[in-house]
Amino acid sequence: MVAAAAAMAADEAERARGRRAALSFATIAVVLGLPLWWKTTETYRAALPYAAIDGLGQQPVQLVVPMAVVFGPGSVPGDLPRPLPFRDVQKMEISVNRERPPLRTSITSRYEMRYRSTTAQEEAALAAATAREADAALYLLQDTTLGSLTMYVVPETSSLLPQGINAYVGKHRSALVRAGGSLAALQARLREVTQVMSFTASSIAAVLSDRVPDGQLSFDARRNLKSSLGYEITFSLLNPDPKSHTVDWDIEGAVNRFVKPVLDKLSLVANFSVDSQILYYAVLGVTPRYDKESSSFLLSAHSLPHVINPVEARLGSSAASLYPVLNFLLYVPERSHSPLYIQDKDGALVSTNAFHSPRWGGIMVYNVEAPASPQASLPLHVDVDMARVMEVFLAQLRLLFGLSWEEVPPEFLLESPGNEGLADWELDHLLWAHTVENIATVSTTLTSLAQLLDKIGNIVIKDDVASEVYRAVASVQSAVTELSLGHLLAAFQASKEAVTSSERAFFDPSLLHLLYFPDDQKFAIYIPLFLPMAVPILLSLAKIVRETRLRKKEPTKMD
Amino acid sequence: MAAAVLLLLLAAAAGPGRADAGRERRDALREELLLSPLPTGDVAATFQFRTRWDADLQRGAVSHYRLFPKALGRLVAALGVRELHLALTQGFWRTRYWGQPPLQAPAGAELWVWFQPTVTDVDKAWKELSNILSGIFCASLNFIDSTNTVIPTASFKPLGLANGTDHHLLRYAVLPREVVCTENLTPWKKLLPCGSKAGLAVLLKAERLFHSSYHSQAVHIRPICRDASCLAVSWELRQTLTVVFDFFSSGQGKKDWSLFKMFSRTLTDTCPLASQSKVYVDISPKNKEKELLEVSPPPTSVHEAIVQGEKKTYAVYDLLSPSLFNTSRSLNVQLKWKRPQDSSEMPIPTLHAQRYVGGYGLQTGEICTLIYNTHPYRAFPVILLETVPWYLRLYVHTLTIITKGKENKPSYIHYQPAQDRRRPHLLEMLIQLPANSVTKITIQFERALLKWTEYPPDPNHGFYVGSSVLSALVPSVTAMKDMDVEQSPLFASLFPSSDGSSYFVRLYTEPLLVNLPTPDFSMPYNVICLTCTVVAVCYGSFYNLLTRTFHVEEPSRGRLAKRLANLIRKFRGVPPL
Repeated sequence: MVAAAAAMAADEAERARGRRAALSFATIAVVLGLPLWWKTTETYRAALPYAAIDGLGQQPVQLVVPMAVVFGPGSVPGDLPRPLPFRDVQKMEISVNRERPPLRTSITSRYEMRYRSTTAQEEAALAAATAREADAALYLLQDTTLGSLTMYVVPETSSLLPQGINAYVGKHRSALVRAGGSLAALQARLREVTQVMSFTASSIAAVLSDRVPDGQLSFDARRNLKSSLGYEITFSLLNPDPKSHTVDWDIEGAVNRFVKPVLDKLSLVANFSVDSQILYYAVLGVTPRYDKESSSFLLSAHSLPHVINPVEARLGSSAASLYPVLNFLLYVPERSHSPLYIQDKDGALVSTNAFHSPRWGGIMVYNVEAPASPQASLPLHVDVDMARVMEVFLAQLRLLFGLSWEEVPPEFLLESPGNEGLADWELDHLLWAHTVENIATVSTTLTSLAQLLDKIGNIVIKDDVASEVYRAVASVQSAVTELSLGHLLAAFQASKEAVTSSERAFFDPSLLHLLYFPDDQKFAIYIPLFLPMAVPILLSLAKIVRETRLRKKEPTKMD
Repeated sequence: MAAAVLLLLLAAAAGPGRADAGRERRDALREELLLSPLPTGDVAATFQFRTRWDADLQRGAVSHYRLFPKALGRLVAALGVRELHLALTQGFWRTRYWGQPPLQAPAGAELWVWFQPTVTDVDKAWKELSNILSGIFCASLNFIDSTNTVIPTASFKPLGLANGTDHHLLRYAVLPREVVCTENLTPWKKLLPCGSKAGLAVLLKAERLFHSSYHSQAVHIRPICRDASCLAVSWELRQTLTVVFDFFSSGQGKKDWSLFKMFSRTLTDTCPLASQSKVYVDISPKNKEKELLEVSPPPTSVHEAIVQGEKKTYAVYDLLSPSLFNTSRSLNVQLKWKRPQDSSEMPIPTLHAQRYVGGYGLQTGEICTLIYNTHPYRAFPVILLETVPWYLRLYVHTLTIITKGKENKPSYIHYQPAQDRRRPHLLEMLIQLPANSVTKITIQFERALLKWTEYPPDPNHGFYVGSSVLSALVPSVTAMKDMDVEQSPLFASLFPSSDGSSYFVRLYTEPLLVNLPTPDFSMPYNVICLTCTVVAVCYGSFYNLLTRTFHVEEPSRGRLAKRLANLIRKFRGVPPL
């Protein structure tokens, strides 16, 4: 009996030991094994500023234009609220479609106006005979930081401006404005002038056009090139019929004379490289229609979209750089198809005989005069009149950059930018637009990167990718800050850096390494190990639970 | 800023000069087709298009292209390339039977480039260049990396103008696995000023060109002297294409051929941009007897030249001469044999070579190269370049060179051992070949085991080892005259000829196909399963041992005996125990 009791006790002790062993196995597996497995099979993911990226889209952007309004003698309106000099702020909301991420933000423009009267020197400059001379003299006295504007108010009856012209926009960053009687009238006029010289709500909306649904924007708004760090400009001469025409063009001279000054000015915006080529036997994809009345060939407007593709194959890719290419093609039609004219939608001939394709470039048709005698020996030698051609191409270049004067009211007079092809305020106009576009681009890029990384847990995020993301976020934030301080150039530089960093992060090849590692394969690899390990542990745990339950029940039965 | 001003000044200075030059072209295109019947009855057609541009691409100021293709010009300027040679080849030129090729290339893709001394990081430029070229020519040149790139010290000298031959500026790579097809031909044709619309390029019809025994297309860019005084540099782009058509087997034993039969096209007009456009037909008599063959239509002229040590006669058709297209609208060159040629004797080229893999099993092997010098009385040296991938581990101490039963000591050896996964073996030797001899070079290797991710698709096909390269100045049997490079036909002028008594030959041997030990590719998963099972079994018994509760049980002795006893009792009808 005693022996049996002792055996029972020994048995009980043995059973308790077994339970403890099973429990400690389970504890070791959970406390040590699982974290170890988790740690060793983890993909490295550096921390990213998700909150800051999310905040980018909601951050309000404020475009601050510092502006001086200078009243010339006899032009001060009677109803000024305070004596000169004083400061005033005008705000304008730019409506952007806020339903589509990532720009759920608001863009406001803020004109910080300083009203003052002229200094003696300015007074002397304003006494010049013509507006152009006054502009040139005033340029030496101005604040020339990018983005800032100076408005000189001249008396309503001033003879400086021609009859019927209310505002004169100079080559630089200043304008002459007629006083207009009351302060309200003057301010309305000033607003129009500043919008021409800096940005309008529609020009800002246009650069965000990729982010707004189609159909809300005019065709012109979608024409503008996307902001990039550099552009390659390629001039191509297409000679489909070298048997009949030997075409020569002095492209080198023309580029130096016409294109270089413009690009030197634009070098602040982006890097430009210019080259040219001659392509033989390159034909348009469309056969022109013969018109008997004018005995010429016509390309109608609706067939123009089909012209580009076959030519594009011959143009050659820009293998050495990643910048977008702007193509300007000069097409000398073959002898059997000349003269060739382009017809617009109404059937009228296009005077320049050229057309442009949004974000791609332009094509100009250059007709060769028929030889006086039909017996003239072939090939016919043709020297291209580069001034005529470059005039068209430069106009197209301005259009592609979104510099058009179509929105200017008729009572405004714009000074021709002269040899440089681009006025200072037009440069500002580009910089404003590109800065806003860069900020929006970075915000889109980073948001989609963050979403992607969030969605696919397998992607390794290396430290350098993370640091690029941090840098991009910091640059965007500094760009926004600089914009709100009115420092256009600093803001543009910061936004460029942000674009570079964000693109580098987004296109980093290390993000692709472990992209495809589906869960079923993971299970296939782990199950041979985990199943035989987990089953005994789980079974013994279940047994322990069952036994404890039984033991708890037994005492109640005893009662 | 100062640089920009200087640039403007330069441009301004260049402006009037160019205006003075007026109509004088600074670039010129010459095109040429050489048709040569081969001793075996095949026909080789070699196209050469040479664009010469009197401008210095390197200065960076040039960005206005006319005949020179912009894509290549920008590449040369941007990456500081001094010389570029790219060849894409399908098939193997059988030197022993076909004779010395005008331009041979190894099977697959071959690229060798000399960079400018101003290039600081040559490896980076090389990587970038191969990537861009792979984009331009739709070839897998982007697979060129450090494991197949070598820096030869003696074999590849610059073919163009060069001051200083620091071989650290040279990179050489061969991709023997590369397959060449239409998608490589189209971009090559696009580089021609006339495309394939006019001139000789009309004949380049892909479906015929790839229905051939040998197809090789190449691009050579090099700087050359602008004139005899050599004060200024011009750039030359040579595009060459060689095809060998097999007519003997497809033409019912007849060796007659015509342009139409070969290319299914005829020549109808010339490229108006070409300053020279000629078709050469090799009609040199094979033996001393009278001519056996006849070409029609009658050639415009007959050209005699000594090419690669042999006296050759060419019938020349000058497409630019107005008389040629007067009689008929198209030119269809035909060649007929007057009487069947006795094919008993075939001329054997002075230098030819052969290579194969020896040995058995999957562990060790041997690369054997046989080099033949058939010159009756002259010995000459030859430079041999071997590039072997790292996964064949060469043993240099087993290198033996045997000529006529005796050991032949090379006068120069450059050996760079491989590093696993980083660079290949490079072996360069200068070997003297005695007259009328065969030299056998053997070297043993061991096959390495690769990691399972390093095997290419279809690893049981085998691994290619690129052709070895033989460069030699072969003594000529007949004395050669010095020719004016600008006047002579293009096929004779790519390699510089040193003097009248010898000519330069570069030969490529066969590529090798070596089998490596190839694992079963489901192995990793099997290993995982096996390991896991072993771990699970050990763990399971251990777990059992530790968690089982043990009872002391009454020893129930003789259980089996008891059952047996019961069975017997049952039979007996006695109640069981």
